[in-house]
Amino acid sequence: MIAAILSLTILGAALGIILGVANKFLAVEGNPLVDELIAMMPGSNCGQCGFPGCSGAAGAIADGSAAPTCCPPGGKSLAAAIAAKLGLSVDLSAMADDGPKIATVAEELCIGCCRCSKVCPTDAIIGAAKQVHNVFREACTGCSSCIEKCPTEALVMKPVPVTLQHWVMPKPLAA
Amino acid sequence: MGFMNLFKHFLGNDWGVHPDDHKRPAADQPVRVMPVPAKLYLPLQQHLGGPARPVVLVGQKVKKGELIAEAQGMVSAPIHAPTSGTIAAVTEITAPHPSGLTLPAIILEADGADEWCELVGCADPFALDPADIGKRVAAAGVVGLGGAAFPSAVKLSGAAKAKVTTLVINGGECEPYLSCDDRLMRDAAVGIVDGIRIMLHATGAQVALVGIEDNKPEAIAAMQAAAAGVAHIEIRPVPARYPMGSEKQLIQVLTGIEVPADGRPADIGVIVHNVGTALAVRTAVREGKPLISRLVTINGQCMAAPGNIEVRVGMLAEEVISFAGGLKGDGLGLARRVMGGPMMGMQIPHWRVPVVKGTSGILAFDAAEVAEQEPNPCIRCGSCVKACPMGLLPLEMSSRIRNEAYDEAIDLGLKDCIACGCCAYVCPSKIPLVQYFVHAKGELAARDRAKLRGEATKKLALQRQERLEREAREKAEAAAKRKAEREAAAAAKAASAAASAAAGEVA
Repeated sequence: MIAAILSLTILGAALGIILGVANKFLAVEGNPLVDELIAMMPGSNCGQCGFPGCSGAAGAIADGSAAPTCCPPGGKSLAAAIAAKLGLSVDLSAMADDGPKIATVAEELCIGCCRCSKVCPTDAIIGAAKQVHNVFREACTGCSSCIEKCPTEALVMKPVPVTLQHWVMPKPLAA
Repeated sequence: MGFMNLFKHFLGNDWGVHPDDHKRPAADQPVRVMPVPAKLYLPLQQHLGGPARPVVLVGQKVKKGELIAEAQGMVSAPIHAPTSGTIAAVTEITAPHPSGLTLPAIILEADGADEWCELVGCADPFALDPADIGKRVAAAGVVGLGGAAFPSAVKLSGAAKAKVTTLVINGGECEPYLSCDDRLMRDAAVGIVDGIRIMLHATGAQVALVGIEDNKPEAIAAMQAAAAGVAHIEIRPVPARYPMGSEKQLIQVLTGIEVPADGRPADIGVIVHNVGTALAVRTAVREGKPLISRLVTINGQCMAAPGNIEVRVGMLAEEVISFAGGLKGDGLGLARRVMGGPMMGMQIPHWRVPVVKGTSGILAFDAAEVAEQEPNPCIRCGSCVKACPMGLLPLEMSSRIRNEAYDEAIDLGLKDCIACGCCAYVCPSKIPLVQYFVHAKGELAARDRAKLRGEATKKLALQRQERLEREAREKAEAAAKRKAEREAAAAAKAASAAASAAAGEVA
């Protein structure tokens, strides 16, 4: 009786230790590259890339099924950064990048239907039912998810105006 | 000779350039005081840091020296009315900046009376608490008048905490063409020395070293005469060499200590103030007068009468030039308009931009002075390396930046670049080296902003996720509650029906 209990206890403890050690040393890690890519992406999960959120896109880029240029809000800078990380050469000239844009509401067209504010990934659109909506400039990431939801075309993407604080001296023309 | 040069080079004593200084005859002309024009244009941001916030309404009458915009944030400076008059508008005007963009400004319509508001001066500043001096300087809106326009009070108040031992007063004025500091030292040496004494008291520094380039013998003589017999103030002539007036270079020449790459002068117990700032501090503390005027050098081949002019902040460059005698030949030979010095100043898009607190000069150059040339490929002569006062490799950095390898440029020391322009000045191939560095610094700042924005976006997306979950949970809870209420009501109804049926039976 005691021998049976002891042997089973020892067996259980030994197997437990083996499992614990195995869990520690034979762990299957998620692709660390994917995590790094997720950290680089905008993180608003807007879905313009066609993947379910930024993590989906990061996975697809990491395994090569999507191009680094697939993220429109990230723009050229993100594409270049991802390409550098993966050691890919990427043709950025095809990417439309006319500077950052944000959504703006034409107040005379907005009917206050609230469809745009429901899809905004960063809650950047404010407005109640039948009230004119507006966009928080600071919170809008320019993902344009809201544009197609607007039934009156009151939402349009406009380039972010350049201010003194954001102005960058242009690069001199090469010799 | 070659050996000596090599020796000097190893000593690290060979930095900088010796441009033709063009300071005379402007420096020898007496200062002219410009009368107040009909309108003054006062940008809300005339200093480094946060813009000031207007505290006046359109139509409000203000006296000269009255606060019209208050400081906002830790590093900021207030703005005062440079004359008495009426606030005409708060609007956007063209900034004195190469971008040609606008910035918010207050437009003041002068009433011609030029009447001061009530001023609170102080007869004996040395009886004041050092912190109190800092407060008075902050309230007077004094900023560094050398060009960078850093709020002076921030440096003064920070000095006590940082245990500053040496106050370096910058009378270098190494930029060619400019002579406003030279003129100020010749004309107001006594006031400057008094200002330096007040600054010594405010900072707790033991000694003030006044560095003046040896191409200004009159200024050196005037300052030496004014400082004679005044303890703890030393007038030190320094060799004329650009950029001697740069903070880090002047400190090294005067004290022999080098400011560390990521550090500030306060880290080695030094702070630097311009001579003009010293005078402004004196005026602010002794007389209670805010900073509303300054000396501006008018110079360049296209100016009919170069000289130094005392102008109120907010006067348009156009008006200052026409007061100074206008442009030669109606400005037909004009090739470039510059505010500040020719090396580090800003090219401005037109003359209708206001003089701000940091404006040291208004320069009109002809084509010969601009000497614009198409850049040629780098011949790797190393002239820029020799000229760089920070000991960097401009040719290597620029080639990295040309290929947008900004991180590699940072590894080469891009962040130490002070954008003095020596490299571009000496380059025989006329490569716009310093322009590359300014561009790269802007790109890096934009990258930092984008990073901050990305982090903020992630936070917002996360918050939205939480909100959606919370709403779903609350909805489910509310539904469950309603269901429970409905069931309770139904049960109560059934019970009361049963009770009434029972009562009916009894009846």
